[in-house]
Amino acid sequence: MSDRMLTMAQALREAMSIAMDERPEVFILGEDIGIYGGAFGVTGDLYHRYGKERVRDTPISELGIVGAAVGAALSGMRPIVEIQFSDFTAQAMDQIVNQAAKIHFMVGGGLNVPLVLRAASGSGTGAAAQHSQSLEGWFANVPGLKVVIPSSPYEAKGLLLSAIDDPNPVIFMEHKLLYKIPGREEVPEGGYRIPLGVSRVLREGKDLTVVATGIMVFKAIAAAQELEKEGVALTVIDPRTISPLDMDPVYESVEKTGRLMVVQEAPEHGGFLNEVIAKVATGPSLGSLIAPVVRLAGMNIPIPYAPQLEKAAVPQVPDIVKAARNVVANWR
Amino acid sequence: MMTSALITGHPLGSKANARYALLTMSRIRKFEEAVEDLFGRGMVHGTMHLSIGQEASPTGVCMALNITDQITSTHRGHGHCIAKGADLTRMVAELLGKEIGYGGGRGGSMHIADVETGNLGANGIVAGGIPIAVGAALASQMMNKGTVAVSFFGDGAMNEGAFHEAANLAAIWKLPVILACENNKYGMSSSIELAFAIDHLSERGLAYGIPGVTLDGNDVSAVYEATEVAVKRARAGEGPTLLEFVTYRWKGHSRSDKNLYRTKEEIDEWKKKDPILYFEHVVREKALLTDAEIAEIHKLATDQVIAAVNEAMKAAPADPAGLLDAVFKKVSA
Ligand SMILES: Cc1ncc(C[n+]2csc(CCOP(=O)(O)OP(=O)(O)O)c2C)c(N)n1
Ligand SMILES: [Mg+2]
Repeated sequence: MSDRMLTMAQALREAMSIAMDERPEVFILGEDIGIYGGAFGVTGDLYHRYGKERVRDTPISELGIVGAAVGAALSGMRPIVEIQFSDFTAQAMDQIVNQAAKIHFMVGGGLNVPLVLRAASGSGTGAAAQHSQSLEGWFANVPGLKVVIPSSPYEAKGLLLSAIDDPNPVIFMEHKLLYKIPGREEVPEGGYRIPLGVSRVLREGKDLTVVATGIMVFKAIAAAQELEKEGVALTVIDPRTISPLDMDPVYESVEKTGRLMVVQEAPEHGGFLNEVIAKVATGPSLGSLIAPVVRLAGMNIPIPYAPQLEKAAVPQVPDIVKAARNVVANWR
Repeated sequence: MMTSALITGHPLGSKANARYALLTMSRIRKFEEAVEDLFGRGMVHGTMHLSIGQEASPTGVCMALNITDQITSTHRGHGHCIAKGADLTRMVAELLGKEIGYGGGRGGSMHIADVETGNLGANGIVAGGIPIAVGAALASQMMNKGTVAVSFFGDGAMNEGAFHEAANLAAIWKLPVILACENNKYGMSSSIELAFAIDHLSERGLAYGIPGVTLDGNDVSAVYEATEVAVKRARAGEGPTLLEFVTYRWKGHSRSDKNLYRTKEEIDEWKKKDPILYFEHVVREKALLTDAEIAEIHKLATDQVIAAVNEAMKAAPADPAGLLDAVFKKVSA
């Protein structure tokens, strides 16, 4: 295996290192990101390479940390905030939602907030209801925030570099199970960028269009590989950023397949992928649909602890396989 | 039945009290060791935060409380649970994801609550329980219950806004609440030297008009005595107290901790201040317990924990079928 088959944690670290080399105003702040190397090991050795000023350990004060990052961003710095678990963005919500998201607009454009907030999200580690949520939908519902969900190491590095370049606040949601899974493809060296707001078609198949985010991309591809053996061909699209959202590849694909399935880990009710369905329902490819849209999402419950409960709470590969097989078989 | 009757009173007040204090601390230690073992064998999911080395503060605090008094606890909450009187089998069962667990397997280690013993719950959110304890004290005051609420939290929690807002509310409303800080020197990897610009965390009481006391959190008698004063003050309607129990966590913060931020020498130094060994030394000196009695108490604790593990292992796993109905309490007609 090539030594460029990085994990997502390594790819993110590489992106932050490149950004810090490129611009002196980039710095990282968060809890246990220094000697500890980050709750999920993402900052790793950066503390030893860049020092305690630029890889800045903080007390347990999420509101203060994010607020300080907003102020620094308004004043010439480019902070990257690490929040250990995305659940703790709740502590910092005022600074994210009422401050960072709105300042540029409210003051008439004279100020802007080049801030990246990285957070570990999602279930699967047995950390239970307060450490396992997928809250991207909250942020997608706030104009003024960009929301990125990388699905692999390659995407993570290129998207994070673009997020750091961006003159606006970007919420970067990293699924914690993806940190250690090797990616689908090699991660190029150097500072490549993946633009925010461009969906990626990961595979093309004639029977069903699947739109998925984060770890669900990983699961959708596994499902597609399994269904291929049965002669069912899936198109898998990863929007990569849910705000802004690039729908064109989805419309184009639905025109070809006539069937749409959306998959997310977050609870179904009020979830972000309902927006994808709404856009298809009101967009140019509606007339091509020959089947009801299939929606696979987390149950409308807090994430439970016991492994058998936790697995049941969110879509798994066999659920995707079954739902895809059924919609293709039943609607011809 | 794993719950032993609660004893309220000074750990050195009588032979029975001394026995109870030692048994409680020993039960906490053995419980944590059993959890670590189950974890090592892959039988417990998720993560774990052990309180080995910190057994004196939950024990001393809870010996100053009645069963109707309430507590809120933390991610490092097994000790608080046990000291307040929780059933060991139902605790282990929760960690093993069993239906008979305190949370029916839905919450795990960080979310154990026990209504019968006044434990409003552990918490996965640092400082999350502090305003809740203040609210419990508000209810006590408004309903003339005469109960107090204790919020256990770590040093790290004192840098969350929740601590500050809750402390101020407690002070201005003179609520019967005790803010019990277990200062084990670190919040995950960040030492109190890095996270605070003051010498004693109890100084923060001053900012809110709350008496603040720093004391040896590994001396169960000192913990009891300070808590007893705070409880009297709370029940008399004089308001909250901030107690800072200085202690030390022997184990890593959680499973993933490589202990890079502290030295082995420091850990060894603190192991010499073992709260259990210290208490044994005191009770021997005061001739409250003999060596044989001490050994018998530890054996009893071990037997209770083993029995709890065995019973919990045999219990039925939590069933996903009930999940959707578990989110809301049914609205009564
Ligand atoms: C709001 C919030 N921020 C961060 C965390 C992650 N975290 C869990 S425990 C912990 C350290 C807590 O330190 P302290 O309060 O001193 O308690 P201790 O672990 O030492 O018992 C951290 C940072 C969390 N659970 N909640
Ligand atoms: Mg601590």
